Amino acid sequence: MAAESLRGRRLWRSGRARRMATQAGFSVLLLIFLAYMVERASHLDLDIGFMDAPAGFQISHTFVFGFDSGESRLAAYFVAVTNTIRLVVVGILLATVIGVLAGVARLSDNWLVSRIATVYVEVVRNTPLLVQIIFWYTAVFLKLPRIEAERSLFDVAFLSNRALALPWPEPRGDFFTAWVIVLALALVPGYFVRRIRARREAETGQTMRPNLYSLGVVLGIAAIGFLVLGLPVGIDTPTIVSEEFTKGYVGGLSVTPEFAALLIALVMYTGSFIAEIVRGSIQALPRGQTEAAMAVGLTGYQRITLVILPQALRSMIPSLTNEYLNLTKNSSLAAAIAYADLFQISEIIINKAGHAVVMFIIVIITYQVMSFTISAFMAFINRRVQLVGA
Amino acid sequence: MTRSRFLRFAVVALAAFGLVLFACNDDDDNKGSGILQTVTDRGELKCGVKETQPGFGFLSPDGSRSGNDVEFCRAVAAAVLGNANKVEFVPASAQDRFELLASGEIDVLIRTTTWTASRDADLKGDFVTTTFYDGQGMMVSSDSGISTLEDLAGATICVTSGTTTEGNLDDQFQARGIAYTPLSFEDDAQIQAAFIEGRCDGWTADKSNLAGQRANFPDSAGGSAALTILGETLSKEPLGPVTPDNDSEWHAVVQWVVFGMIIADEFDITSENVGSAVSSPANRNVARLLGVGFDGNAPDDFGLGIPLDFMQKVLAQVGNFNEVYQRTLTPIGLGREGSLNASWLKGGAIYAPPMR
Repeated sequence: MAAESLRGRRLWRSGRARRMATQAGFSVLLLIFLAYMVERASHLDLDIGFMDAPAGFQISHTFVFGFDSGESRLAAYFVAVTNTIRLVVVGILLATVIGVLAGVARLSDNWLVSRIATVYVEVVRNTPLLVQIIFWYTAVFLKLPRIEAERSLFDVAFLSNRALALPWPEPRGDFFTAWVIVLALALVPGYFVRRIRARREAETGQTMRPNLYSLGVVLGIAAIGFLVLGLPVGIDTPTIVSEEFTKGYVGGLSVTPEFAALLIALVMYTGSFIAEIVRGSIQALPRGQTEAAMAVGLTGYQRITLVILPQALRSMIPSLTNEYLNLTKNSSLAAAIAYADLFQISEIIINKAGHAVVMFIIVIITYQVMSFTISAFMAFINRRVQLVGA
Repeated sequence: MTRSRFLRFAVVALAAFGLVLFACNDDDDNKGSGILQTVTDRGELKCGVKETQPGFGFLSPDGSRSGNDVEFCRAVAAAVLGNANKVEFVPASAQDRFELLASGEIDVLIRTTTWTASRDADLKGDFVTTTFYDGQGMMVSSDSGISTLEDLAGATICVTSGTTTEGNLDDQFQARGIAYTPLSFEDDAQIQAAFIEGRCDGWTADKSNLAGQRANFPDSAGGSAALTILGETLSKEPLGPVTPDNDSEWHAVVQWVVFGMIIADEFDITSENVGSAVSSPANRNVARLLGVGFDGNAPDDFGLGIPLDFMQKVLAQVGNFNEVYQRTLTPIGLGREGSLNASWLKGGAIYAPPMR
């Protein structure tokens, strides 16, 4: 009896037996789970034929590509993807600018500047993003003048809570494509000018301004091509269309309150996190770097742009990538304020067509592709930055 | 020795695991007893309702429930259990309502549910009859001067995102050749804010929903008078109770409670005069409805499996179809006169087969 219980205890105390038992149990569970998933998946109708059917709904926001409800669901989804990309690209650029400015400002010797940056970062990053989006939408952008009482700027730009309607370039004539090709070809001489002047600067120590010259060459060629090809890009000015009971804008670029609210909320929110990353990276630099920069007589601005930021960039980039990916994923909160991003449109497609599982797989793949693209681009930048230091 | 111990343990563990699997697999196929019996035994009706829509299913902050759907729950309880208060209200969401029904969490679903082919066949619900003819409508600001859908040419339309709202809107506007821009909102608070600020010219949702929104429109924005629901209807949305699939006994009970209330309305028997109608029924059909004898004959038994006088309880405790309608839907601006929801005797579509 005593021996038996002793043996029993020994078994429980044997690490090997315990591990075997846990592993066996876990394997059984995993196998059952996998078998279940495979079984369920075999019932799934993974045909995406339903995406070819006419959409049967309109899209509230379109950018570059128009849309009509007679077009396919796939086309609707494509338009929604461009809406998300527009939001994400502009958002990442602005969030970086805001974040770097606020991060540097937090370290400023100027009491007021550093306090303003601190208050911004602390208020914005401690509030849920959804709350901020709805705040910007209902408390700020919806409070713009109604369309009946809109403000206009020389009748070329209009502002109301329907949209900020701005003049916007549009292709004119038959030579737009030709001009785009000229523009692309102009990059080749631009690249060589930059390389030659950069090498000479390195050899002689004289300031050769390689970036400025290269930009000048590209712009010069573009301008000549622009004139030769008969002004292939014109300005599309928005106009007001008044029906009997309604008013709206046609033409130009319409920045809707939904887009504006989302963009500002995403930029401010992500910017506050980027500010902390920037501050942390700068503070991680040895103090000697700043002192050395001061010793050689650089101004405050030069210290930041020539010495501090380029070095801080190295440790910033991995964290920045995270923030960019967060911004991309957070853009799916768009549905809360009626912006037609890819998630909102796919929900409408699911409502109309069913096929929820297939649609979600498409949505997940789309976000994955976008995130991978951003990661890959940031990894490329990261390698460049590291090489400069090496 | 340890090895055999381990084996014994593994066998026990596997057996326990299999038991769990077996228990999970044991589908509730035993429908022999029937929901009617279950409800009678339990002494309480489990009714799936909405809690956020004034006029249909609304839970007020003080804990009291009101609405057309709620009244029909109470009517079924009065018929089956003799007491309209023996109802356990279960909140049902748009997403989980059919699952609650299929899993037996609720005995009947009365939650502004549109009768469609796919729901009838695919989602395993049996629709009883239509208690309210709803349809997608359009609401505009009263001082906008807009009176028809054609007036909305070039308009921005706020859409309460739903299963079919965007599609119905596009169908109707395409058919009329009207250009418009939609704005699909998921949340009522945001759509109301956008509408108040003039972000959109029209607001489309089911009329029942619009009426509730109109009734709750803030006074600071002009109250309900500031909004007008256009007469045009963009889609057919017949709402009614749903019972679980394949229980025709229970389905018939719920169905004839509703029909009985409609018939009582046709005979003008209300909660006030039901007492005198029972003691001296005007004709044979009234006697059949109330489950009393006529001219010395025994009362008719339709074989529903509930007390013959069930409509007496329903009428005394809840009222007839019109009383319920006037109590719940008229106050939120959904008038009965001249609509599809009027009795067939008055040009509407509310009609019940004969009770005999």
